[in-house]
Amino acid sequence: MDGSITLPAPVAGGATLAMDRVRRAAEAICIPVAALLAAMMVFGVFMLLVGKNPLEVYALIYKGGFASAFAWQNTLQRAAPLILTALCVALPAQAGLIVIGAEGALVLGGLAAAVVGHALSGGSPLAVQMAMAIAAMSIGGAWISLAGALRHYRGVNETISSLLLTYIAIALFNHFVEGPLRDPASLNKPSTPPIGEAAMVGHLPGMDVHWGLVYGVVFCVCAYFLVRYTVFGFALRIVGGNVRAARLAGLAVGRLVLLSCFIGGAAAGLAGMAEVAAVHGSANASLIAGYGYAGILVSFIARHNPIAITPVALLVGGITASGGLLQRRLGLPDATVLVLQGIAFMMILAGETLYGRLRIFQPRLG
Amino acid sequence: MDASGLGWWGVLIAVFGGAIRVSTPFLFVSLGECLTERSGRINLGLEGILVMGAMSGYGVAYLSGSPWLGVLVAGLAGLLLGTLHGAVCSLPRVNDIAVGIGLMLLGTGFAFYLGKPFVQPKAPTLPALHLGDWASSAQVQSALQVNVLFIVGVALAFAMHWAFRNTRWGLVVRMVGDSSDAARAMGYSVNRVRILATAAGGFLAGVGGSFLSLYYPGSWNEGLSSGQGLMAVALVIFARWQPLNCFYAALLFGGAGALGPALQSVGITGGYYLFSAAPYVLTLAIMIATCSPRRNLAGAPGELSVTR
Repeated sequence: MDGSITLPAPVAGGATLAMDRVRRAAEAICIPVAALLAAMMVFGVFMLLVGKNPLEVYALIYKGGFASAFAWQNTLQRAAPLILTALCVALPAQAGLIVIGAEGALVLGGLAAAVVGHALSGGSPLAVQMAMAIAAMSIGGAWISLAGALRHYRGVNETISSLLLTYIAIALFNHFVEGPLRDPASLNKPSTPPIGEAAMVGHLPGMDVHWGLVYGVVFCVCAYFLVRYTVFGFALRIVGGNVRAARLAGLAVGRLVLLSCFIGGAAAGLAGMAEVAAVHGSANASLIAGYGYAGILVSFIARHNPIAITPVALLVGGITASGGLLQRRLGLPDATVLVLQGIAFMMILAGETLYGRLRIFQPRLG
Repeated sequence: MDASGLGWWGVLIAVFGGAIRVSTPFLFVSLGECLTERSGRINLGLEGILVMGAMSGYGVAYLSGSPWLGVLVAGLAGLLLGTLHGAVCSLPRVNDIAVGIGLMLLGTGFAFYLGKPFVQPKAPTLPALHLGDWASSAQVQSALQVNVLFIVGVALAFAMHWAFRNTRWGLVVRMVGDSSDAARAMGYSVNRVRILATAAGGFLAGVGGSFLSLYYPGSWNEGLSSGQGLMAVALVIFARWQPLNCFYAALLFGGAGALGPALQSVGITGGYYLFSAAPYVLTLAIMIATCSPRRNLAGAPGELSVTR
């Protein structure tokens, strides 16, 4: 993915080096922002073609996503699972894998959390929540590790296998929720038995936002330190840069690939647990809401940088949150947000070609 | 003769009929993907193209009253998206797998947006050829209702098989896919060949999508495609990039997809969702069985990133 060629640092004073770092940081911010602006223009043309005023649409997106405390709560609520599912893409990406199976890890994690939560209902809330989180993270991690293992041991392309695993996970989820694990009391909407009010994860003090957001932000910060400042993270990035060089250097490539997939999958599983324990109270079809797919978008816009995931997730969450307002005010279908996301994604990917090619961002070679 | 009288034979006939019916989109999408991959690129966005083709084909058929015009427009929509994929991937250092994911999102987004007005109305569907009129059993008759597009697809598989070996165009596509250096040395533009191959592949995938909405299941809704576009990518790997094998593999996948409903018709409903996962499990099993970490797959185009 990231094939940027870093030129050898010039032998120069610290000031030049510092300037080069600033240039590189500016490159990493300016190119995605420019791509997003270009996407907004293309989407604006599309809106003009279907007879809507693009400025009005953007004003409504701002209003629905970011303009008021209510809008922000809505945005934060949606950003929470996005942060975690984006990590499921970003961590394996450090090792050079494109894994797009976060949706599968999320639904299975949610299912595991609901089962454990119901089985332990009546226990002390904190213990129940811990058990739910551990169950969800283990199964989510194991599920994505499967894709990593297939990649490493059998050479199966991880992008395709992780997506197939998602479809299988959703089938398993439906099978259990509508079959063996169905709560007979859930008539209209098949669900697992509720975990009980006491075990529910509450809201952040003073806000209508659940703790899942905190899980996500903490996970992101930890992932950032793991990738940037630990031997493990460094080894991971070597594997992502060049597998053969990593092997020659004696790194345990298989273990690194599997671990990065496991941690990523654990993040997505935790997202499922948060959805169950903080929003739905049991596992049902509402869990299959496409957070896993939106997470792919978030991770790519953030260029798989864990620290950039949170702000990008807020942006994407806000755009998603405004969908309802667009529908009510302008009569636009709910897929409007999907179109905007799709255009943004294509623009961001096309923008990849600009890295390392714009003179103004390049290190000065004396 | 009623359904219960046929018993397990009924299941077999239903799976066979389902294989013919369900395999057509697989056939078109996999042939399109085969062409694209033979030129050295992978297009994961065929899923988006398939959905877009289904929507545009249905919409045009509804508005114009002619299902065949719908098929054509679906193909053109696919051509457009395929060209977009080809063009974006031709920029240096842009990853074709990631662009495919983006195209998947874009195609489904546009299809859901533009397809909203067509969820309710009923469009004219494609005609079927009744090849089973000699049979007394209604089930055999319905199993042998073959759509014209299926026959076109089969003919196309044979034609592509022939063209890859015997025409200049076929050889150029294969050369570009196997070694871009060789192609450059021969004076061919690698990017132009790949854009054309991706665009043509998109056309076929769009036609495959129109089959979904215009014949079977025969209506447009947002849950119409269940990953056929993606399974086709795996199917091409299974078929070792041979158009004829794509045809056999499409039949196999169609049969696997028909298993769940067929078993349900004889009263086995317990694991309905598990049976519906059969094609995915099959795909995964096939990929596990055929891939290897140590060598390139036999028959794989040398430039393809997915097998490296």
